[in-house]
Amino acid sequence: MNAEFEAVIGIECHVELKTATKMFCGCRNEFGAPSNSNICPVCLGMPGALPVPNAKALELIVTAGVAFGARIPEFSKFDRKNYFYPDMPKNYQISQYDMPLSVGGSVKYWMGDGSLKECRLTRIHIEEDTGKSTHAGSGDGRIAGSSYSLLDFNRAGVPLMECVSEPDLRSPAEAVAYLESLRRTLLALGVSDVKMEEGSLRCDANVSVRLRGSRELGTKTEIKNMNSFRSVERAISGEIERQIAILSSGGRIVQETRGWDEINEVTHSMRSKEEAHDYRYFPDPDLVPLEIAASDVARIASAMPALPWQRFERYTAQYALGIKQATQLIDNLALASYFDRVVSLSGNPAQSSNFVLGELSRLANETGVAVADSKIAPEHLVELIGLVESKRINSKIAKELLARMWTGAGSPAAIVEREGLAQTSDPSAVEPLVDEVLTANAKVVADYKTGKTNVLGFLVGQVMKASRGKADPSLVNELMREKLSR
Amino acid sequence: MTTEVIERSAAAIAAAVNARRNSAVEITEATLAHVAAVDGGVGAYLTVLDELARSQSARVDERVRNGERLPLAGVPIAVKDNMCLDGTRTTCGSKILENWIAPYTATAVARMLEAGAVPIGKANCDEFAMGSSCENSALRVTRNPYDPSRVPGGSSGGSAASVAAFEAAIGLGSDTGGSIREPGAFCNLVGFKPTYGRVSRYGLIAFASSLDQIGPLTRTVEDAALAYDAMAGYDQMDATSIDRPVEKAASSLRDDLRGLRIGIVREFATEALGAEIHSRYRDAYRDLERLGAELVEVSLPTADYGVATYYLIAPAECSSNLARFDGVRYGLRVEGHDVREMYDKTRAAGFGAEVKRRILIGTYALTSGYYDAYYLRAQKVRTLIARDFERAFARCDLIACPAASCPAFEFNAKSDPYSMYLMDYYTIPMALAGLPALSVPCGWVLPEGGSVPMPIGLQLCAPLFTEKLLLGAAHAYEQATQHASAHRPLLPQVSA
Repeated sequence: MNAEFEAVIGIECHVELKTATKMFCGCRNEFGAPSNSNICPVCLGMPGALPVPNAKALELIVTAGVAFGARIPEFSKFDRKNYFYPDMPKNYQISQYDMPLSVGGSVKYWMGDGSLKECRLTRIHIEEDTGKSTHAGSGDGRIAGSSYSLLDFNRAGVPLMECVSEPDLRSPAEAVAYLESLRRTLLALGVSDVKMEEGSLRCDANVSVRLRGSRELGTKTEIKNMNSFRSVERAISGEIERQIAILSSGGRIVQETRGWDEINEVTHSMRSKEEAHDYRYFPDPDLVPLEIAASDVARIASAMPALPWQRFERYTAQYALGIKQATQLIDNLALASYFDRVVSLSGNPAQSSNFVLGELSRLANETGVAVADSKIAPEHLVELIGLVESKRINSKIAKELLARMWTGAGSPAAIVEREGLAQTSDPSAVEPLVDEVLTANAKVVADYKTGKTNVLGFLVGQVMKASRGKADPSLVNELMREKLSR
Repeated sequence: MTTEVIERSAAAIAAAVNARRNSAVEITEATLAHVAAVDGGVGAYLTVLDELARSQSARVDERVRNGERLPLAGVPIAVKDNMCLDGTRTTCGSKILENWIAPYTATAVARMLEAGAVPIGKANCDEFAMGSSCENSALRVTRNPYDPSRVPGGSSGGSAASVAAFEAAIGLGSDTGGSIREPGAFCNLVGFKPTYGRVSRYGLIAFASSLDQIGPLTRTVEDAALAYDAMAGYDQMDATSIDRPVEKAASSLRDDLRGLRIGIVREFATEALGAEIHSRYRDAYRDLERLGAELVEVSLPTADYGVATYYLIAPAECSSNLARFDGVRYGLRVEGHDVREMYDKTRAAGFGAEVKRRILIGTYALTSGYYDAYYLRAQKVRTLIARDFERAFARCDLIACPAASCPAFEFNAKSDPYSMYLMDYYTIPMALAGLPALSVPCGWVLPEGGSVPMPIGLQLCAPLFTEKLLLGAAHAYEQATQHASAHRPLLPQVSA
């Protein structure tokens, strides 16, 4: 980017809520059902049908608001947003205009270098999703010029959370990091599946540029149709460059909505500000105002799980895990909870992450069973970490034990005790084994003495084998070197 | 025997069917035969449900044989054609829904059927319930059974005419600004609008959601109470339906007004309505006093703004409610070369002039920049009107006033929309305040240029949720005065 300029970015997200049923009727809320199979008079906007709000959906919005530190006003209401579109059954969308369920708050996110940042939220409100149109015959899938359209109303009336950020983001990378954190948080809260590929997360970006140091905002454009985090990054980058090029050549930015063209990787103008709709918002007379009890907000706050950014801070600052390790854990919620439990019992984050992200994750991949669902109780892993820490077993035995524990062998301490697997660190027990190996491998010893020192590993291995793996490898090494140097 | 059965009250029919003196099937057949004979002249029904009426009446008889006692056993009802009844044509009196078959049943209708009522037909109405004479129906002319040259009132004109002409014992209507009470007054009936939220709106095709309320049109107060008892009560399918207990009204009707203070509204002086009408209302108020009520003067200073307020709020809501009629999923579709043109052509052909007028008014009132001056201001005045009633009810138990400024008028007499809007002058304030109100016959006048006497109605209005008190008082007045039975409908002329 041209160093003279700075980008100012705000993100609007639409997130489908993970409820069993739709926002205003009893139809199932599920992705991928046969077209028009989850429909009823209410979500089809049949004459006379009326909406009744889904309490679970309201609770999910409040949960998200509380997680982001937002204010949950005591009163809220539903408004109608009026415009005609064939896949919108009532030709108005039930939404919220001036009294959203959640006001303010912020999303904390982290960058690739581990720095924590924050983007303020304007508001979070609830609304209903529209149906889905498939326009045929126009070639580009748009309604203009199409010869006919197919409508699927399964999605009509699915509860949708709209989350609007302040223009606090300064680069495409920050925008993506913000979205990543938002996605992780909503997943952790169980608010949504947040799958961009299934459309349960959709986002638009408001982008403007200004001279660095300026406090005024430049004219913004809104970018739509971004279908992945990668396209968000590219679309915003492209738009920033486009705007800088216009401004640098003395031009002016036109306030407009621009669509991202995934194939050609450019944005194109969709409509100007003058063509913007007048939605004629007014309070929906079919729905009564919402009262959110302070006790409900308190109950939700007290049941709040660990949030991804809080975990990130704890893992990197307190546990000194690497950014990659921390992120790997955060992106696997069940694994992170398992890890947290192991750390809290063992007090050893480094060993805990080594085992959880190392051998246990390998076993999980191999067997297709998640670590948290495996037969290794956190308590048993903690026992194993204790055995390694106190040098009662070596890492080879530890690995063998884990494999057995994975299939249900239970307490590692008990196995070590029962099978005498404890590491042998007594020189008087190890020395005879070293002597035996030296005697039996006279030729190798001779090689060593002529300078082929790399045979040491072989000799140590033979001793380990003779001890059935129990000898302390460092002791074996030490004794071997000593005897060979004589 | 035929005439005798069909002219009975709903209460008498239900008693006879429950006691198995008459069968529901027999009453249904008599009613259908009468409809076949007279409805060509009255024009009350858009669809006669012969088949459904027969099967439902057989089911009622079976339930009675199995020992059930049904409060509306075998009672023939007319359902205003803006209420859904599964599998039946539901038109709203509009071209745009002329051939639409409802895929589900409105809660209020379902409750009536569950109580044993038999649906005879879907009754005509002003298109989407917008009008006060039934003349705005795009599908049929409905005549006043007391003078076929006159309108039955509206918008629930078909329901009113059907009950007045003995084509049903109960007509279900919907009242947004007076659409039950005014046709009730015009057709010599009791027209009762319960408190907003008492009867579920689920399945009632919305005109103005914050005002619409279903209620009965009947020949007696007791019948209105029976219908109310069957329909009222919380419905989880309607978020504006009120979850509080309903006191049954039919079993606690009273015969006097002792201990009640009845407010007479200072601003609704009746002198301006003409000497004859004025004298009827003066007599009515005197009768209330004679029955033991104490009359007190109350004031509703903002009620005069009711019509202006109503004609912002109702059109605003209707402009949004009627957006769904677009030719995409159901109802009329007129093809165009793209979806925009299809919308335009469909709505141009499907809606009548009055509906279009209100959509335009409402769209304008909600437009950004005008919202505060029109819609928001109207909502504030609505609150003031409700407060006027609260203040008035601090001084009285009920309010009495005219139901309309005149008796039923002749066709095309109110061709100027504003003069038609003024027909609801006395009924709109109660609708805006969500109050329960009814009209009950209070005498007859010979209209200017008319040849036969026409009925007029006394409107009684009560505080929120006091339907039992309201119906009880109306019953006392009805029983003491017996105005309704003074004249008979002109059915022979109608059917000739």
